[in-house]
Amino acid sequence: MKILTGNNLETGDVVWWTGSGWSRHVADAVDVDEGGEAIAAREEGARRVNAPYVIEALETPEGPRPAHIKDRVRALGPTVRPDLTLKPADPNAGSWVI
Amino acid sequence: MYKYDQYDQAIVDARVEEFRDQVERRLSGALSEDQFKPLRLMNGLYLQLHAYMLRVAIPYGTLDSRQMRMLATIARKYDRGYGHFTTRQNIQYNWIKLADAPDILADLATVEMHAIQTSGNCIRNISSDQFAGAAAEEVADPRPWAELLRQWSTFHPEFSYLPRKFKIAVVASDQDRAAVRLHDIGLQIVRNDAGAPGFRVFVGGGMGRTPMVAPEIRSFLPTADFLSYVEAILRVYNRYGRRDNIYKARIKILVHELGAEEFTRQVEAEFPLVKALGLDAPEAEFARIAAFFADPAFEAGLADELDLADPDFAAWAKQNVHPHKTPGYAIATISLKPVGGIPGDASADQIDLMADLAERYSFNELRVTHAQNIVLPHVRKADLYALWQQLEAAGLATPNLDLVSDIIACPGLDYCSLANARSIPVAQKIARRFADLDRQRDLGELKLKISGCINACGHHHAGHIGILGVDRKGEENYQLLLGGSGAEDASLAKIVGPGFSEDGIVDAVEKAIERYRAIRQDGERFLDTYRRVGVEPFKEAIYG
Repeated sequence: MKILTGNNLETGDVVWWTGSGWSRHVADAVDVDEGGEAIAAREEGARRVNAPYVIEALETPEGPRPAHIKDRVRALGPTVRPDLTLKPADPNAGSWVI
Repeated sequence: MYKYDQYDQAIVDARVEEFRDQVERRLSGALSEDQFKPLRLMNGLYLQLHAYMLRVAIPYGTLDSRQMRMLATIARKYDRGYGHFTTRQNIQYNWIKLADAPDILADLATVEMHAIQTSGNCIRNISSDQFAGAAAEEVADPRPWAELLRQWSTFHPEFSYLPRKFKIAVVASDQDRAAVRLHDIGLQIVRNDAGAPGFRVFVGGGMGRTPMVAPEIRSFLPTADFLSYVEAILRVYNRYGRRDNIYKARIKILVHELGAEEFTRQVEAEFPLVKALGLDAPEAEFARIAAFFADPAFEAGLADELDLADPDFAAWAKQNVHPHKTPGYAIATISLKPVGGIPGDASADQIDLMADLAERYSFNELRVTHAQNIVLPHVRKADLYALWQQLEAAGLATPNLDLVSDIIACPGLDYCSLANARSIPVAQKIARRFADLDRQRDLGELKLKISGCINACGHHHAGHIGILGVDRKGEENYQLLLGGSGAEDASLAKIVGPGFSEDGIVDAVEKAIERYRAIRQDGERFLDTYRRVGVEPFKEAIYG
């Protein structure tokens, strides 16, 4: 599947396209198929996102898993600071990245 | 320490307001990201993996307690309670909001700080010896010259759009603690036979994709020609640097392609033309700058002995304390490398504490080292024990300076958008593997440096042991390099063989180190043994 990601213009937070808006959680990302570039252009033009790009991801029961480790790090947060990730209560969250 | 005059303050304040307007226009949509990006980079604001990152300049790594406290305040007020000290003697904040950036710069400006020259193709923040003004073996204090370069280079219209970024370091000791031969320009203050000060000039060093050790192009440059000569170098580079290819645009490529002799000839031809412009600072102006770096009021007649009855203190004093030029004083290095910690990271509370300790024990002065540690340059020996006790209580007294766990590591793929692999977890695993301090001390000086990509912010080319993280089909892989040095015996580390997984690289490092232990001769460091026997015994230990 292909999913669309970028950073929030104001905060820099990593965000994922949900089909109707942007979420901080990759689990909310939807398959954009071949439409990602058009959505990216529209959303960037409307200043709802910064530097959007389309990535490959695997469909899993827990939701999309970005194919490249860089985007998995983006999806979670720094593996060396679990307290600053999106899953601060899960000390093993970093294993999802690897 | 240097203090801003009205011109310094005016240009920094004006830059804050200019950037405030630029940010407002970006948020309103008047500027696109393509238009805004070069503007934010001129103010040290990057977009990294998780958020905007702000890199704050610490000129030649020197700052006072008031400035250090402001760094802690920014960490608390605008970030997530910590900062990361970098291999360029700067500090980075990882979680900045775009709308806050102008306010942060305004806060920094109140303590004579900014984020100018921390990004872009300009002359970057000047780096120097962290022991400047304190080291026993120093020829002169290099910081007035570094400050002169700062004033000359800031907003220099001719050099604001160079072919690539440009890094200058200035030292004044035969012990090179700033890696001058791995800079675009490295300057070492020396004295000639008549006792006059001048500069050895090295040009065309660097790490990154194409590492080079800089050749010396002048063995003695009189101080009166300092700025003219540096400007002549920049002019040759600005004119002939490879703007057509980003990978060949650094001055090291120009020097390499022309050859050091021809490059030197061109600089020497340019030099009299620049000299005629009257660019060099008048003696009175240099004296004005140098006066800011006068010694603090050292006490005379202090005892030079240390009470080493406490073995933990003795271990720290032996490893992290260096001789000072003044009897009764010492230079203390605060390690930001606790076992299992993140190299270079410090919490806001720790930053505040270091500011307090500098105020109490080191005439208000601190230094940031390119090895990502903090120095208190002027501590009375009689105060070292009290200082150590307070550092120990805050987790800042790891006695591992220049040992295997004093690892330089870039932020890597945990934070950096350029990285291909994570650096910090590898550093943490190696530090844990060698956590036994007796084992570390037995190994002696061993500089281990890790970069998460070929850009080499972790200085892996200059490591006695270097590790380079690469991307192999979307997964992390680590190459092992041996034999580098960023010191006065500068050399470039070489790749040993095929790469490793994250756990595999830790094992490979241990095998290399154990081979060193087995074959070293008396007094040899890891680097000495490697230079004596070559790579083969290590290769055999690692892959055999």
